[in-house]
Amino acid sequence: MQDKLKSIGKPSPKHDDLVKVSGRLNYAEDYSMPGMLYAKVLRSKYPAAKILSINTARAEALPGVKAVLTAKDVPYNNTITKFGQSKDVGGGFEALYRVLAEDKVRFTGEAVALVAAETLAQAEEAVKLIEVDYEPLPGVYNVEDAVQPDSYKVGEEDTNIIAHFKSHKGDVEKGFSEADVIVENTYRVPFVDHTYLEPESGTAWIDDQGVLTIRVSTQVIEHFRGVAKVLGLPENRVRVIGTMLGGGFGGKEDITVESFIALLAWKTGRPVKLTYTREESFLAHSKRHRYVMHYKIGAKKDGIITAIKAEILSDSGAYPYLSPWVLMYSTVCAAGPYSIDNVDVDCKSALTNNPFGSANRGFGSPQVNFACESIISELAEKIGITPLEIREKNCIRQGNVLAGGMKMDRYVALPDVGVQAWEAINEQPKLKPADESKKVGRGMAIGMMTYGRMTFLHDTSRSHIRVELDGSVTVRCGVPDLGGGQAASLCQIVAEELGVPLSKVRIYISDTALTPLAGTTTATRQLYMSGNATLKAARVLRERLLTRAAAELNVTAAELDIADEKIFVTAVPDRSLPLKQVILFCSGEGVELFHEAQFNAPFTDVPDLSNVQGQVHPDFTFGAHAAEVAVDTETGEVEVLNIVSCFDVGRVLNPLRCEGQMEGGSIYCMGYALTEEIILEDGITLNSSFTDYVIPTALDAPHVQSITLESKAGLGPYGAKGIGEPACNSIAPAIIDAIYDAVGVRIKDLPATPEKILAALKA
Amino acid sequence: METHQIELTVNGRRRSVNVKPNELLINVLRNDLHLTGTKYGCGIGECGACTVLLEGKPVLACLILAASANGATITTIEGIGAEKLDPVQEAFIDHGAIQCGFCTPGMVVTAKALLDENPQPTEAEIKDYIRGNVCRCTGYTGIIKAVQSCGCGGEHKKVTAKKQP
Ligand code: FES
Ligand code: FES
Repeated sequence: MQDKLKSIGKPSPKHDDLVKVSGRLNYAEDYSMPGMLYAKVLRSKYPAAKILSINTARAEALPGVKAVLTAKDVPYNNTITKFGQSKDVGGGFEALYRVLAEDKVRFTGEAVALVAAETLAQAEEAVKLIEVDYEPLPGVYNVEDAVQPDSYKVGEEDTNIIAHFKSHKGDVEKGFSEADVIVENTYRVPFVDHTYLEPESGTAWIDDQGVLTIRVSTQVIEHFRGVAKVLGLPENRVRVIGTMLGGGFGGKEDITVESFIALLAWKTGRPVKLTYTREESFLAHSKRHRYVMHYKIGAKKDGIITAIKAEILSDSGAYPYLSPWVLMYSTVCAAGPYSIDNVDVDCKSALTNNPFGSANRGFGSPQVNFACESIISELAEKIGITPLEIREKNCIRQGNVLAGGMKMDRYVALPDVGVQAWEAINEQPKLKPADESKKVGRGMAIGMMTYGRMTFLHDTSRSHIRVELDGSVTVRCGVPDLGGGQAASLCQIVAEELGVPLSKVRIYISDTALTPLAGTTTATRQLYMSGNATLKAARVLRERLLTRAAAELNVTAAELDIADEKIFVTAVPDRSLPLKQVILFCSGEGVELFHEAQFNAPFTDVPDLSNVQGQVHPDFTFGAHAAEVAVDTETGEVEVLNIVSCFDVGRVLNPLRCEGQMEGGSIYCMGYALTEEIILEDGITLNSSFTDYVIPTALDAPHVQSITLESKAGLGPYGAKGIGEPACNSIAPAIIDAIYDAVGVRIKDLPATPEKILAALKA
Repeated sequence: METHQIELTVNGRRRSVNVKPNELLINVLRNDLHLTGTKYGCGIGECGACTVLLEGKPVLACLILAASANGATITTIEGIGAEKLDPVQEAFIDHGAIQCGFCTPGMVVTAKALLDENPQPTEAEIKDYIRGNVCRCTGYTGIIKAVQSCGCGGEHKKVTAKKQP
């Protein structure tokens, strides 16, 4: 089948690359409208304080100011978060969404008031004139304190704990008693930021039909429903048009500017634009959660793991947002991609007065994968086997059952991915640094991460295709494009199925009024979900075209194929009709030349939260990273010399994009391993700029070698799996393992800064 | 605030604009001249998204007062490959060096400056030259390959799928 495919599997550039490389693509901030006002947000200086009063009189009196809004001006200030899911899931998975702070503020940077003015300078000036009288409250900043019964309460409830999930199997105490070697450790990971290069931005206006229209950089256009709720409008009077994103990584999954500009446009009747500064972006949006993870693991002398116990505490920050969802991923992945008889996983998430945690590439997997993979490598060493051997002995395989009770019916590329990554990094001779103080080491880690949303959300996607009379094709699909080629992949599928060149396929995306809703660009779900919806629609049209051509060629439709804009008899390719001619026949005879299809993921019920068992996700992507580092024993500095990323991606639709995800994902979480951390002092962020929040530059990033395996066992089109988030899952533990190999210290507290490494070397 | 008229030659066109003394070049380019290809990523010289060429040299438009550029010749991304794509732009496309594309204009301008100065840069020279241009999506591998491929008189090899192990 592979050879026959014309478009799938070929390294074709994205259709949007041309406009991007010429600087012609309009991102959200690049749009302006006549009569547009500029918005600015007043944000809390305190992490925890009572709002005694807000006086907006001086701000309102400033020339040019058209509106100043506080919580009392928001029709429905307190609603329930939804994230575009098809089904209400309630029960802790949906929680308070508050547009503007009321009564008390919960984190530094929380929005307190909004201003719209004729110029940005006026809006900035007006924000300074709003007088808020605060009474500072003690707050709670350490999640281990927040779970105590007598702790300060962040919200209005009498506990800070917002989610508590457990999963168990067998008898861990018995498992530990059978073990010859036991390792027990506490791991910590910090809050980190997405630092997409494009700060949040959007413009809202009321169109000539009275529809509140919002053009915004978002991963979730379905937030139009949330905005409608905030304003008390029918859902069909709010329209969201998503722009191409300048990166998202989960940080644009929650509502960002939408409600603010919607309220201001509604109040003033004028278009309103709001773009965050970089500093504001750091303060305003979610973070990847800080976790504290106690792990205990035991194994027999032969390396077979007998029991694993994980106690996980997630700092969800000031509001729940997606924290319970993220925690569910952690619950499922905490015991890693291993087949272990005795498992006990206990995960809690609690509110603090820190920035709020929510989605960030990996969604609760990188945290637990760092801890789990680190302890597995340490266990291997204690037993006297290699990191690869322990994984070969214990990793799950097809037919095995995961800790959480899900049976792996489909092909599992373990330990293959680990073997290939490890072999590839060891193919090169170890570098000998000229500098005596530098030691080189190599390490590896494996991982599993889901693609597709949790199955109890009953996820769906829709896509619409229309064949034009000249043989070109128009696709409409409400998919937000983050730059991963989400839209381009759909074009490739259509080109393949309808036998037209990629250049003849045009796609319209991300508009709640004009494109079928395709769900969120999150959870590594678009190729799987919208890819399948598009494939389904394309195949219906293909069948119609073949059926019509069959009548003309006196064969059955099954005997025909389409390629290169021709429909031909597969056995006698010379017997063919131009595609365009068949289209004209259909058009003339009233055969429908358009189709909209919906794809449904597997549906399950909400699991028993006191013992999560069975299917929670559609499927997993399995992968591995190997890394080579040089550690300077005098300065503690780590240089990553080489990275190999190996994944079973099911099927490569486009090598350029697939490898792009693997390269980018590796470097994204290389930062997690070594430098990235939101530094907080009692709820105040101390590093809200690129100067102090250090992400990898070209100088830091090594060459990433990508090895893609194609099992064709995925649930996506042509057997593809998802790669966006999995791509970053196992690099941090691989780097930490390599540091240990180089200098003999195991860092259990990310990031592995030079100070921590030096301190560990001296200990 | 009082404004002054300044003259700029932007992408070969003479432009005159009234600017406040504290107005930054990035705002003049984006808001007054509607050249929105130059991006704001940080505003404090830490990301490179706003890189433009001033008298042929790469500078950060978020750090330069427009008034100080009076009389200068400026090239923005819109001035590169306007007729026909520059080889470095084609190389970016062919090597998968573009994901979200938000860093791309600044990255292309910087790469162009590098290749003008040093037509055959080594990998180390490329990394050093673009170190001020942050890309959060690609991990830089594709970008470096793209620039490297231009290192032989504008010709660049097209990428093919990597071999399967
Ligand atoms: S916007 Fe100028 S360097 Fe970031
Ligand atoms: S492509 Fe997104 S920041 Fe570089």
